[in-house]
Formats: sequence, structure tokens, C-alpha cells
Amino acid sequence: MTISKLVLIELWKRKSQLITGLLAITLGIAVIVAIQSVSTVSEQNVARNLDNLGANILVLPQAASIDDYYTSDIDAPTLPMDYVERILTSTIAGVDNMSPKLTRRIKVGGQSIVLTGILPKSEIASKPLWQSSGLLGAELKAACATNQSANQSHGLEDPKLKRKTIDTLNSNDCLAGSQVASRLKLTPNTRINIIGKEFNVVKILPETGTVDDDRIFANLRDVQQLLGIENQVSAIEIMGCCNAISEGLLGKLRNILPDTRITTIGQIVSTQIETNQLLRKVTLVMLIIIFFVGGISIGNYIWANVNERKREIGILRMMGTERGTIYKIFLLKALFLGVAGGVLGYLFGTLAGVILGPYLAGIIVKPVYMYLLWSILLSVAISLAGSLFPTYLAAKFDPHTNLQED
Amino acid sequence: MLLKGENILKQYHHNGSLINALDHVSFTLQKGDFITVTGPSGSGKSTLLLALFGLIRLTSGQIIFDGKRIDNISDREITNIRKKFVGYILQTFALIPYLTTIQNVMIPLALEKIPRKAQYKRAAEILEYVGLSDRMEHLPRELSAGQQQRVAIARSIIHNPQIIMADEPTGNLDPALSLEILEFLKKINRENRITIMMVTHSPMAAGYGTLKLHLNEGKIVESNN
Repeated sequence: MTISKLVLIELWKRKSQLITGLLAITLGIAVIVAIQSVSTVSEQNVARNLDNLGANILVLPQAASIDDYYTSDIDAPTLPMDYVERILTSTIAGVDNMSPKLTRRIKVGGQSIVLTGILPKSEIASKPLWQSSGLLGAELKAACATNQSANQSHGLEDPKLKRKTIDTLNSNDCLAGSQVASRLKLTPNTRINIIGKEFNVVKILPETGTVDDDRIFANLRDVQQLLGIENQVSAIEIMGCCNAISEGLLGKLRNILPDTRITTIGQIVSTQIETNQLLRKVTLVMLIIIFFVGGISIGNYIWANVNERKREIGILRMMGTERGTIYKIFLLKALFLGVAGGVLGYLFGTLAGVILGPYLAGIIVKPVYMYLLWSILLSVAISLAGSLFPTYLAAKFDPHTNLQED
Repeated sequence: MLLKGENILKQYHHNGSLINALDHVSFTLQKGDFITVTGPSGSGKSTLLLALFGLIRLTSGQIIFDGKRIDNISDREITNIRKKFVGYILQTFALIPYLTTIQNVMIPLALEKIPRKAQYKRAAEILEYVGLSDRMEHLPRELSAGQQQRVAIARSIIHNPQIIMADEPTGNLDPALSLEILEFLKKINRENRITIMMVTHSPMAAGYGTLKLHLNEGKIVESNN
């Protein structure tokens, strides 16, 4: 006979009470696991949608202003192309995609247009409207989704592989914005002369309502050569994970690019951060409610158990059981209930998420095995927290009074 | 001298007035004594029994056990003394309802963290001693009143206590079973030289004591101590 065995026998011999106690904690944990499973997938979906808002960080030369970036004057300052490499080779987390570009206002056929040199795939990745027009083959990963590590644009983890995307737009191909196409009467496969070089218009871009409508896009290297600005770019647009931004991504970028001007595209970032924060707050509120409800349920169960076992406590104290051992008896019981409730809660919660997710939220939920550990820890914490006060009272019982109760 | 009480006073308030549950009670017990405490209901018999080893705290007075004063020591110390040196037998048997006979008997050894095999061996021996070796796996509710009291006796002696405190051990038993239990206590007292203090209403049970205390309104009114 040991104290743990005494606790296990008591649990086993009073099965109906065991089921009642277990039910309270299991239901609480199951609800948390189900909500967390669904909200994790929802967060990923929301993050994917947020990414569709496009780039949210702009790296400009120190002397440039936002206006310079949009007007693209002929003498607008530039920054070295090497800065892209510097970011790629850094260990900074939260940079999901980079699209360096060189922009210059030029004349084509007597019309003022902005010629923009881009890395095609990176550019497409940061332009959701372009993606919807069928310019992208590979699926994008969500920048703000949980478990998303940095520098994984296009699913290519090796930065060198990323650089190969430069070649995905042939050197004499270009894309035309909708307004430029209208003004210059461009259609797909028409040829256009830009600063003495013949380009083939491979696609007319859909109208976006942005400055892009007034631009012609060509391969960055070609534009650099045409303009005589080798290895220079006007700006680097970055899709940064909004969580990373709120955790100081801008500061980290400034550390490795000290002579630049780094700014966020405020509205996009604030929308991303606010949405993510709202989701987290909802989950946190649920967690707090369930922590208290679960704790009170378990506390109530242990308190009822303590009252029912007053005489037994008196007998044990009479035989020389120390107060510490009385604590041990009830807290061990709470611990056993917590572990069992955590495991069962995880199983039921995951099952509920997997089954109900597609019906109620239209999302596919997969089991998250890490939640098993969290479920057990949370369940044990709730169980122990709820049991502390009743156990304290049990240990303080007057053995003499309880011995006389029958 | 094993146990000595000096001027034991226990007072409590009831409906605004101060009641003397024990009024300057003094006695001395030697090892191997069998003392019976008698008196009408409310005379303070059970209070005395429970107060001697800290289950009720005294208002004043001294209790000396095995040469050491124990009325002013900490809860942990007095609990440790109860665990090692005292066995209790109550009128209501005080068995834990969900434990089997042998599990109930093993509790005092479990509290002393004796290895499980040794616990089982010792409990089996004791149950054989009290004639219950064929009831080891029974729950208390599956035993008769006499058998339950024998389990309680087995539990009270398994850890070789120096003293057994018995509060009306035959109070719930018929005369034949009472006699059986009293003979058993006498046997334990004689064979093991365990001191017994027994509170009883029954004159027949009181006759088993080699020493007698008679209480009334918390005071010793008759004694051969």
C-alpha cells in the first residue's frame, strides 16, 4: 500500500464520481483543443488572405522619398542590388518575399510611361491581382501563417534557387499595364520599341487601380542595362510576416541595411496585425473562460470529494497522517484526473475539430500532435489550481470533529 | 512511566458559557497497564482519550509520554508520535470503506513507508493473529461488526505501538462479540505488553481494566491510579 495506490483505488472504486470529475475536465480541454485546432487553420487561411494585400515593407535609398518611388523621376536615387543578397543571406525571420525593382519614367511612342525592371516571379508573388490573372504557376505560401519560417518564397528554401526566377521572363519580353496598353494600343504579342530595344508584349495586365496600370514591366537585368544603371534598384518591396513586423523586423532590416530608408505600408500592416491580434484575442478569451470554468468544476468536484471523505481524513490524521500527506492524496487525485482529462480532451477535441471543421467553418482540420502535450499540461494546471483550495481546507480539518461524524 | 497527565484542563464555550470538558485531570500509566475510563455521557471520557495525543488541544496542563512533554509540541511532531507509538480503536471501527481488509490493516505501515512486500507479510500475520486470514480481500461492508472491529484491532497493533487508545470498542457489538473483543484486547495487553486505555460505558468492559478512572463533569471522581 502506498499513497498513490490509495488514491488510485479510491478513484477506481468510486467510478461514477470519477466519470463526473473526468467529464468536467475532458469537456473543457476538448473545447479548447477543438477551438485551437479550428482557429489555427483559420489563422492560416486569414494569413493567406492577408498576404493577398501584397507587399507591406518598402526599402528605399536613404535620400529617396515615397514620392520619388511613385514618380520614378529620371534622377531618383537608387540602392545596390547586393542588398537583396544581404537580406537573403541574413538569418532574419519573417521576410517572406522580396521584389526588387528599378523604375524610370521614359517616353515610348511620344507617351510618358514608367519602365519597371522586375524579378518576374518575385513580383508576381507580391501582386495578388496578377496571380489571379494566371501569371503564376507555383502556389504561394502565406507569410503570416503559423509555423511559417522565413525566406521560403515560392516554396524554394535555397536563396540561389530563388535567383533563378530572374530568367522566367525572357530578355525581350515585357508585361504592359492596362492604361499603358490602352494608350499605346498594345495587345498580347505586339512588339514595342523601348529605348531602342524591341520587346514582345507577352501579356496585358489586369487593371489594378494602382500605379502599375501605367507601367511596362520587363526583366530587371534588361532594364538595368537599357537604363545604364547596372546592379542598382529603386526599391525593394518586401512581404513581411505581420507578426515579425510587430516583433521588430524593421529594426533588424535597418541593422543590415543601415544606409537605406525602410518603411511599412501602414494600412496593410495594421490590417494584418489587427486581424491576427483579433483572432488571438478570441482564442485567449475562450482559454481564460474555460480555465476558470474548468478550474471551478474540478474544484467543486474535489470539494464534494473532500466533504464526503471528512471522516476518512479524520481516520488518517488519527493514525498519524501528516497534513502534507493529505495534500498529497487530493493533489495526486487532481493530477491523475488532469492527465487523463488532458489525453481524453485532446482526443475528443481533435476528433470534434476534424469532423466539425469542414461542416461549420468550411476548413479541413488536421490533428496537431503538439496539442497533446499542451492539453495534458493545461489540464493538469486547471485540475491542480481548482483543487488547491479544497485540499488546503481538507488538510486543516479538525480530525477530532471529523472522527465523530458518521 | 509511559504516560502521565498533570492537571489537564480543557475548556470550551457553549451558548456563551465556559464549559470544563476536562477539569484538572491527573493520572499516571506504566508500560503494560490496562486502564479503563468510565463515566456518564458528557463526562469527558472521549475528550480525555483524544486529547492525550493531540487530536484535541488542551487549555492547560501537561502530558508527558515516554519522558517527553508532548502537549506543547508542533502538529507535525505529535502526528509523528501517533504514527509510531499509538494505535486507535473506535466504536465505529473507522475503517476506510473502499479498501479491503488487508489494505486497511497496511495503512499504518504505508505511512511509515515500509516496503510493500514487508507490509503485506506483516498484515497477513496480524490478520491470522486476529482470526481473519480468510477475509483479507473482503471490503468492510462484507464483514460482520465483530469482524470489522477485529480488523480495526489488527490495524491498531500492526506497527507495534506502545499504547492503544480504545474509545468504546464494544459499543456497537452484542454481548457475545463484546466479550470476544475484550478478551482479545486482554490478550494483546498481556502477550505484547501493550498499554491500553479504554473508554467504556459498560461495567463488564470496565472490569477488564487493571486500573480504573471514573469521570463526572470532567473531573476524576473515583480512581485506583
